[in-house]
Amino acid sequence: MSDMPLPLTGADRPINEAVRPSSGRRFLGLGRRLISPLLLLVLWQVLSATGILPARILAGPTDIIAAAQRLIASGELITGLMVSFLRVLAGFSIALVAGVVLALVAGVSRIGDLLIDPPIQMLKAMPFLGLLPLFILWFGIGETPKIGLVAFGAVFPIYLTLLGGIRGVDKKLVEAGRTLGLSNLGIIRHIFIPGALPSLLVGIRYGLSVAWLSLVVGEQINASSGIGQIITYARDFLQTDVIVVCLMVYALMGLVTDGLVRLVEAHALRWRPQVLA
Amino acid sequence: MTNLVDIRNLSRSFGAVSVLKGIDLQIAPGEFVALLGRSGSGKSTLLRMLAGLDEGTADRLHLPPRRSVVFQEPRLMPWKTVLDNVTLGVDGKTVDERAQQTLDDVGLSHRKHAWPLTLSGGEAQRAALARALVRKPELLLLDEPFASLDALTRLRMHSLVFDLWRKHGPAVLLVTHDVWEAIALADRILVLGDGHFTKEVRVPVSHPRRRSDPELARIEADLLSELGVEPLTV
Ligand SMILES: Nc1ncnc2c1ncn2[C@@H]1O[C@H](COP(=O)(O)OP(=O)(O)OP(=O)(O)O)[C@@H](O)[C@H]1O
Ligand SMILES: [Mg+2]
Repeated sequence: MSDMPLPLTGADRPINEAVRPSSGRRFLGLGRRLISPLLLLVLWQVLSATGILPARILAGPTDIIAAAQRLIASGELITGLMVSFLRVLAGFSIALVAGVVLALVAGVSRIGDLLIDPPIQMLKAMPFLGLLPLFILWFGIGETPKIGLVAFGAVFPIYLTLLGGIRGVDKKLVEAGRTLGLSNLGIIRHIFIPGALPSLLVGIRYGLSVAWLSLVVGEQINASSGIGQIITYARDFLQTDVIVVCLMVYALMGLVTDGLVRLVEAHALRWRPQVLA
Repeated sequence: MTNLVDIRNLSRSFGAVSVLKGIDLQIAPGEFVALLGRSGSGKSTLLRMLAGLDEGTADRLHLPPRRSVVFQEPRLMPWKTVLDNVTLGVDGKTVDERAQQTLDDVGLSHRKHAWPLTLSGGEAQRAALARALVRKPELLLLDEPFASLDALTRLRMHSLVFDLWRKHGPAVLLVTHDVWEAIALADRILVLGDGHFTKEVRVPVSHPRRRSDPELARIEADLLSELGVEPLTV
């Protein structure tokens, strides 16, 4: 009974955020929001140092930092990172090409839409991470199932957002393009693709986050290289500090690739008033 | 002189509704024709057919190959600069020069690297006009291109279009709601109603045309009554 008001304060926090006025205030607000994570970190360190939280359950913050330094110094982390990154790159490239081609065909041709869209909508409903056992049966335990899972996971957001973008392109511009003498290909190139680019970039960012997620799952199976292998090894030797470092690396890579797409976005969409302003 | 546009018995219906019921239209090279008519009378439908954006039936449909359109909205590609919009779909080595020249003609060369969404309404419409003219059209189709502009900008656009017409010499079909706009610019005015032309008026008055000209006032009153609007008597 006494904790009744708690859900209420939780509920009106977003409202306070929405009306928060100046950027100076926002900075103060951010500072305030860092208080509780920092307190938790201190608590975590205290629990670990006193042995209440054993390292085999979860290593303490200082141990994790030490493990990170060790892994970087030995070159293990960088090598593993490169391997994992290349897997995401390969899988995501496949997804990008496939998603763009499928969405273009479905978006500009009625027959294409009829043939392509229904099966994709059905496949989309599948929990794709559950496909892993099948992928292993089909492709073995090498690189293929991992890259395949990344590609399969990332293709849907790319396809769906791009198709939405193509459908949203102003038909009046397409008509104008016709009066300018553009061919069908010219209309795709000069109108549909640039017109759908904002949506595609949203799809790419979403697809990249799915790609990293798929990789984390895919690398759990018999990874003989990459971040996944470092995790498997650490699991066998109860090195929770190494596992946490690897998880942070995954998160960091997700942030980095997202940041790269944002850079592309800022340049490619500079014609939009929001970006101009 | 053979006609640039020669259309016989042109019809178009949407479902059961007949919008154009057997229209004959001839336009001579370099002629400026204005098309008036009430809202929904089928002016845009006719213009779209001339532009090749819509299909109907006709006994004869002779059109010049080079046709350009300016719509009521500028319809510039927002992701291309003004200059790239003007040159879009035009081939040839001298395109850029010609585009610069045309942007100069419409008084927009200082905005050639601007993004369309940063242009004012009048500027955007002038860019659309430059994009239409750079193709050296034999027939320029204008569907209420000034309707969304303020009155002063519209008057400036009238003289701009007139000068450009004189300079580039295309035949023009101007769809408009504005009777004075038609009178000020056109050699010939057609009124569309109930699926065919209900009136055809020549304007045998030299330019520049003054609103005080009694001959023009008589034509204006005539057209207004044809459109079902009685002039105000004060
Ligand atoms: N694609 C279409 N499908 C069905 N009806 C249409 C279509 N296009 C036009 N129409 C109808 O044809 C008639 C003529 O339309 P149109 O746009 O040519 O008129 P308009 O003379 O240009 O009118 P306004 O002056 O308002 O622009 C209207 O009744 C309109 O509803
Ligand atoms: Mg119209």
